Amino acid sequence: MGLDEFFVTGEPLIYAGMVAITLVSGAIIFLLTYFKKWKWLWREWLTTVDHKRIGIMYILSALAMLFRAGSDALMMRTQLAFPDMNFLNAQHYNEIFTTHGTIMIFFMAMPFLIGLMNIVVPQQIGARDFAFPYLNALSFWSFFFGAMLFNVSFVIGGAPDAGWTSYTPLAGDIMSQGPGQNFYLLALQLSGIGTLATGINLMVTILKMRAPGMTLFKMPIFTWSTFITMFIIVFAFPILTIALALMTIDRIFGSHFFTLAGEGLPMMWANLFWMWGHPEVYIVILPAFGIFSEVIATFARKRLFGYTVMVWSIILIAGLSFLVWVHHFFTMGAGAFVNSIFSVTTMAIAIPTGVKIFNWLATLYKSRIRTTTAMMWALAFIPSFTIGGITGVMLGMAAADYQFHNSYFLIAHFHYVLIAGTVFGCFAGLVYWYPKMFGHKLNERIGKWAFWLFVIGFHICFLPQYFLGLDGMPRRVFHIVPEWFNLNVISTIGAFGMGLGFAVFVYNIYYSYRYSEREQTGDPWDGRTLEWATPTPVPEYNFAVVPHVKEHDAYWDMKQKGETIYDESKVEPIHMPNSTGQPFIMSAIMFFASFALVFEWIWLAVAGLVTILVTMGIRSFDYDEGRHIDVEEIKQTERSARGL
Amino acid sequence: MRHTRKHLSKGLVFILIGLILLLSGCSELTVLDPKGPVAESQRDLILYSLIFLLGVVAVVFSLFIFMVVKYRDKPNRKAEYKPDLHGNRTIEIIWTIIPIMIVTSLSIPTITTLFDLEEPPESSAEQEPLVIHATTADWKWFFSYPEQGIETVNYLHIPTDRGIEFHLSSADSMTALWIPALGGQKYNMAGMENILYLQADETGVFQGRNSNFNGEGFAEQTFKVHAESSSDFQDWVESTQNSAPELTQEKYDSLLKPELVDTMAFSSTHLEWVDHGTKDGMDYSIERHRDAFAEQLELKNGQNHEHGPSGEEGEE
Ligand code: HEM
Ligand SMILES: [Cu+2]
Repeated sequence: MGLDEFFVTGEPLIYAGMVAITLVSGAIIFLLTYFKKWKWLWREWLTTVDHKRIGIMYILSALAMLFRAGSDALMMRTQLAFPDMNFLNAQHYNEIFTTHGTIMIFFMAMPFLIGLMNIVVPQQIGARDFAFPYLNALSFWSFFFGAMLFNVSFVIGGAPDAGWTSYTPLAGDIMSQGPGQNFYLLALQLSGIGTLATGINLMVTILKMRAPGMTLFKMPIFTWSTFITMFIIVFAFPILTIALALMTIDRIFGSHFFTLAGEGLPMMWANLFWMWGHPEVYIVILPAFGIFSEVIATFARKRLFGYTVMVWSIILIAGLSFLVWVHHFFTMGAGAFVNSIFSVTTMAIAIPTGVKIFNWLATLYKSRIRTTTAMMWALAFIPSFTIGGITGVMLGMAAADYQFHNSYFLIAHFHYVLIAGTVFGCFAGLVYWYPKMFGHKLNERIGKWAFWLFVIGFHICFLPQYFLGLDGMPRRVFHIVPEWFNLNVISTIGAFGMGLGFAVFVYNIYYSYRYSEREQTGDPWDGRTLEWATPTPVPEYNFAVVPHVKEHDAYWDMKQKGETIYDESKVEPIHMPNSTGQPFIMSAIMFFASFALVFEWIWLAVAGLVTILVTMGIRSFDYDEGRHIDVEEIKQTERSARGL
Repeated sequence: MRHTRKHLSKGLVFILIGLILLLSGCSELTVLDPKGPVAESQRDLILYSLIFLLGVVAVVFSLFIFMVVKYRDKPNRKAEYKPDLHGNRTIEIIWTIIPIMIVTSLSIPTITTLFDLEEPPESSAEQEPLVIHATTADWKWFFSYPEQGIETVNYLHIPTDRGIEFHLSSADSMTALWIPALGGQKYNMAGMENILYLQADETGVFQGRNSNFNGEGFAEQTFKVHAESSSDFQDWVESTQNSAPELTQEKYDSLLKPELVDTMAFSSTHLEWVDHGTKDGMDYSIERHRDAFAEQLELKNGQNHEHGPSGEEGEE
């Protein structure tokens, strides 16, 4: 393979991308060297096993990915703005919508939520870290390198172009030749390892590490939604792992699981993909539900209405999410009977979802609403998500779905649920927990600008798409026809509004870092749950003394009774894990092995695999028992953090 | 308070006017403006569901606005504040039952429509439906009329007021036949056959397309549907039978190559030697054009809104 095949050539936008990547990496290397920060980077971040730092790295990566996939989106919307637009050709458009969708789901939504869980869940349950901190670091780095692997594809080798759903036979070795689709398969496989590990890790953490007194039904609702989500992950992700592996074997070693030749079963891919894929959409919405519940209860200054019902509806939704996957291909011709069953199960999901909406509304009833930025994101979610939900029900009516399927109506639906649900949720959560993470609030005034730009842009962008769908505009076309012009140009304007909103949001991070007042109390919002009981900055061990939980909304309860969680006389030495570079190094090796496999350099990939096995062997002889933080050090930390 | 109420009612008027404008515009949207019984039954189902669902939207939005306006924390607010209110059995049961009722009301017509769509349209039950095999290959459509012994590429003629029984399959990638004015889609897949019933009640030219993404030429894989009276249709069939060339296997094989082609007509069908809807025909195209799939079309957007296959229809 010559260099000209290795690098993607001939496309001005991609050259610009290469230049940008070179400049940015150059600048980062220069700055790190100039300010002598390499050691700091390695010691404090790359080798950390602290859940709070890992969470921050997750969120930073997710924001970067939101930027990348958002740029993809703006390019697509530019191309679709006018009927004669010739900004992207067909091939390039196909690559861009594929990377857009894949990155948004795998490398933006999930890591963003997992990042918030990392930071918040141990603190909400009164724990000092995850059950398996080392594994947590490994999860992060495998996600990170998976994301990197996926992102290099557009300059090296060529981006995948078969859609984020990658249906076979299109995505097979004949109709998608070259390394592009391999990037998809291996990048998802690599980051999927991390997701599955997080699933087990958080499940065990929540089961085994809750503070004394916190029974399951006294857990904060975000912890509950995380807990259930982890069950979905543990049951759904293995399906994806296997499906990806089968397609990889098809493409690289010539088997016939999903091919046309050799009587493969191409539709089996669609089944496997959605047996994972539908639960996946609930993996990214349930944690957002949890965030909204926390934010709404806090800023309405009221207990969450119907806590028990909220929990049970999450559980019910999670269970149902495994029974509806066929609604993604009602049009496959499975017959009226099969479609009827899956129509009913699909619509049934709307019942617990509707109940949740009413519970949120009832939480607002006789409350005292503070319209902070975090609360605004949560409030905007309620009506917007309702639109997404009812159009979901329309799609669930299989006979009508024959008309909606593959059209912009579908595109509008899932953006209404994913953006108004997941993305608003991520933003609400980030703004809400930001003081816990960085010791200062985000500026409220700029935050509201970002909010209004983004939310109004969102509706302008996606509401017209329902009508485009009804007018017969299919998804994934790289140009429009004149009949669809008006609504498309409106939609594009909205998209740029969202882009602007995001830019303001990011600017706010910089502005607040420079100018926001530093946090003193650790409880800036008058919070209800235990994460607000820790001081700011949060010490690495979180809780000097493990709290005892008596009531639901534990910290609120303590504040009412005038109790505090810190009692100097009860401090004991705390056992903490040591930092280690192994997760980073192991994931880097996996990255290189996967990269070799993408280009089908088999022997290099085998060498990589062997190295991974060796590092796993080394790890299993690792007798590092961690260390103890002694009482004096804890007292000092607490005194300075609490201003005692 | 009075002030906000005034705002609210003003807002409501705006919303109402907006809705009326919207709905009158909607009747021009292809899917809501059906030209045959199948699309009509789907349109009816959609409108029926909208009654319930817009009701849900109205309730949720009103409650939402009420809560946010009334319970906002502001100086000298009078509304009641009950921080520990956290449940009410009755109301929770009510708002569980209402969604259950809505879902039930939507399920029943969905299921009956689903079963109806598996049969030829009732309005033309006295006639046998016309059988057309619709086969896709990257990125074109073959319409074979086995009874008439003719085949067209990238355009379709159908008689009105008669059910059409499409036999869907594909020579390579998975596609979907979608004619929004006549009704919803179904997939074309290699190695299997799907049946889709559609019917036109009005004459006219409708847009048809592949709606399922299948690679570079996807956006151009469209065709025009000419719905005409049965005597016009008969004339068209006869003139095609008489004037169009025969489809040879050699010609057909070359047409399977992944690329864009213009409209064509033939006085015989490819079904004589291959049916891609069977396991035997599943890899027919792949075997012949394996390497051609690697080639790129370098497809750009056309100028002056020119898209899709062109050509004097019926002529090669
Ligand atoms: C009330 C609950 C919901 C119902 C009844 C529902 C129903 C559906 C149906 C029937 C489809 C398939 C339509 C088609 O392909 O023709 C669909 C697609 C989709 N839904 Fe939903 N949905 C609901 C909520 C959600 C949520 C909460 C999310 C994610 C946060 C979501 C994300 C998606 C995505 C990503 C797709 C399409 C993916 C693709 O084809 O690329 N949905 N939904
Ligand atoms: Cu789904």
